[in-house]
Amino acid sequence: MPDDAAEFVQLITADGSRPSTSLFEAWVTDIDDAQLVARYEDMVVVRRIDVEATALQRQGQLALWPPLLGQEAAQVGSARALEDKDFVFASYRENGVAYCRGIPAVDLLKVWRGTSQSGWNPYDFGMATPQIIIGAQTLHATGYALGMQNDRSDVVSVTYFGDGATSEGDVSEAMVFASTFKAPVVFFCQNNHWAISEPVGLQSKEQLVNRAAGFGMPGVRVDGNDVLAVLAVTREALERARRGDGPTFIEAVTYRMGPHTTADDPTRYREPAELAEWAQRDPIARLGAYLRSTGALTDEVAGTIDETADRVAAELRAGCLALPDPEPLSLFEHVYSEPHRGLDRQRDHYARYLAMFETAPTRPAVQS
Amino acid sequence: MTSQVMTLSKAINAGLRQAMTDDDRVILMGEDIGKLGGVYRITEGLQDSFGERRVMDTPLAESAILGTAVGLAYAGFRPVCEIQFDGFIYPAFDQIVSQVARMHARTAGAVTMPITIRVPFGGGIGAAEHHSDSPEAYFMHASGLRVVSVSNPQDAYTVIQEAIASNDPVLFFEPKRRYHVKGDVELESSGQGRNAMDTARVVSEGRDVTIVSYGGLVQVAVEAAQVASTEGVSVEVIDLRSLAPIDFEAVANSVRKTGRVVIVHEAAESGGLGAEIAAGITERCFYSLNHAPVRVTGFDIPFPPAKLEKYHLPDLDRVLDGLDRALDRPNSLSGLEIS
Ligand SMILES: Cc1ncc(C[n+]2csc(CCOP(=O)(O)OP(=O)(O)O)c2C)c(N)n1
Ligand SMILES: [Mg+2]
Repeated sequence: MPDDAAEFVQLITADGSRPSTSLFEAWVTDIDDAQLVARYEDMVVVRRIDVEATALQRQGQLALWPPLLGQEAAQVGSARALEDKDFVFASYRENGVAYCRGIPAVDLLKVWRGTSQSGWNPYDFGMATPQIIIGAQTLHATGYALGMQNDRSDVVSVTYFGDGATSEGDVSEAMVFASTFKAPVVFFCQNNHWAISEPVGLQSKEQLVNRAAGFGMPGVRVDGNDVLAVLAVTREALERARRGDGPTFIEAVTYRMGPHTTADDPTRYREPAELAEWAQRDPIARLGAYLRSTGALTDEVAGTIDETADRVAAELRAGCLALPDPEPLSLFEHVYSEPHRGLDRQRDHYARYLAMFETAPTRPAVQS
Repeated sequence: MTSQVMTLSKAINAGLRQAMTDDDRVILMGEDIGKLGGVYRITEGLQDSFGERRVMDTPLAESAILGTAVGLAYAGFRPVCEIQFDGFIYPAFDQIVSQVARMHARTAGAVTMPITIRVPFGGGIGAAEHHSDSPEAYFMHASGLRVVSVSNPQDAYTVIQEAIASNDPVLFFEPKRRYHVKGDVELESSGQGRNAMDTARVVSEGRDVTIVSYGGLVQVAVEAAQVASTEGVSVEVIDLRSLAPIDFEAVANSVRKTGRVVIVHEAAESGGLGAEIAAGITERCFYSLNHAPVRVTGFDIPFPPAKLEKYHLPDLDRVLDGLDRALDRPNSLSGLEIS
């Protein structure tokens, strides 16, 4: 087993059994088999979206794609713990979270197809658009939580970031602010063991969860490939924030089974044996095994879920290919919310420049 | 002289290797630069040759990379810091402008900061947000820094070594869209005497109008000059190489001859290098100018999504239009001098 597999909250084991000994079972007593089947479906669909997007990139339809393969449980388990009113600030890899927030799959692709700089309106789904600057969103989540606190609302904000991100100053600063002001924010760190080519051991000599104590907030380490355990620990953290007891740091131990992005070649820096080991702990296979043992997941149910996933993937592909290319003059849109004479002048000039090509498709002949 | 054909990225790699061989105080720091050899493979093979303490994969923290480079420079090392992409230099901005740039002045010359900051920059590669910025003007504005950019393999090989050898901190901007372009490189010309880092280069001589550019757009300027020559217009192309300080001697010499100048860069127009060059030229060559300096630049917008970058980035047509404007030719497409 990889180094740090021990010592975390786990409700369903890698081979799909459920010992029911963890105290965290108390947080999921309402989750029946039907709901677990729904989470299973979430994970299957999320993986299917991910695989389809990867294929679209390979076929030249997307410039890039950051796969989440292997991290389905960490994302689905945590996102399904949220209420609609809560607000998420995530990185580029949280497409599974976005799916659970109700964001149409095709909206996830816009950024990677290069048709726009974001795919959705954050206020429509309670989720900010993906952050590329590593760690920056943790501060935004903390500020949002401070705002909720000022407004005496019980909304919680949740920020997602990676193991690599924990090294950025922004993340430490966010934890300082959150702790000092008891902000209702949950720091959800997906330790997928890699930051591009750098192993988590380069970012921290300690388990990441141990950072929490130094900042004065509770920390919990969870098996990030166990969707039920992730749901349980996230519920606990949300509840703490909602009742005014401040932030929590969650380290979800998982694994990036794919490349960092489609531009990356992980064979340059990691051993195939490591990947094989983590494949044994696949989040979907494990829940599937458990649900088959309880009888909730029959071949028929699994077949229906696969059909759903296929339909979502087909819609995704069609939607991707139908995304319109943006108009040249849209360059100048939304840079400012009020008129701006400098930019208005540039737009005006550029419009005239473009118009010249319409009347004169080739460069006019020299007249001098 | 042994000369070898290599890509611009390979030339930087060879320059780094040479600098590390020449001086064992040179160390490389950055994210993913060791085992992976950098996301653009610029440092490929160097960790194998020089070990993990001279080619350091750092934790993911740009401010820390530059901040610890300051301490390493204090201790007599010559850090070469890689910032993975242009858009990720901002977390390090404070260390660069508040510390790296000022240390020599602050300590009355007692402490030097021979730090080289390598930054892949610019667009044209269809990348996601924060992967196509041209942040050079921010650093030109911070006194105490030298800022350079290269456009071809030979300069890449030479200038990276000069930058590392310089006792001043140097921002070294690498045009990623040109990484894969090949050219002849004389490997012995390890910097001494060439002084490429400080001087502009006349890429092609001409009489009628001067184009001043640098980095990824020098090639576009050269193509525009070729098209213009078919129309009987003789264009002189200057590759600045040094963005701070600017080699105004070279630029003014050219403009005194041509009387017209077009400045081309990807970065936004407002407060950009073009403004500095236009002002410097006007101060020096006012009576030689037959037309106001013309700027062809990126617009004053955050770098747009990939599908729009072809409209944002100066291309052949826009540079030709700039030439027409500078030449007062009636076929200028836009008549931009209005308003
Ligand atoms: C400030 C900043 N520096 C560097 C990068 C380049 N970069 C993109 S992803 C990444 C690794 C992130 O690793 P981690 O936080 O573990 O998240 P993961 O990719 O594993 O989800 C790096 C270095 C960036 N996007 N932003
Ligand atoms: Mg990671």
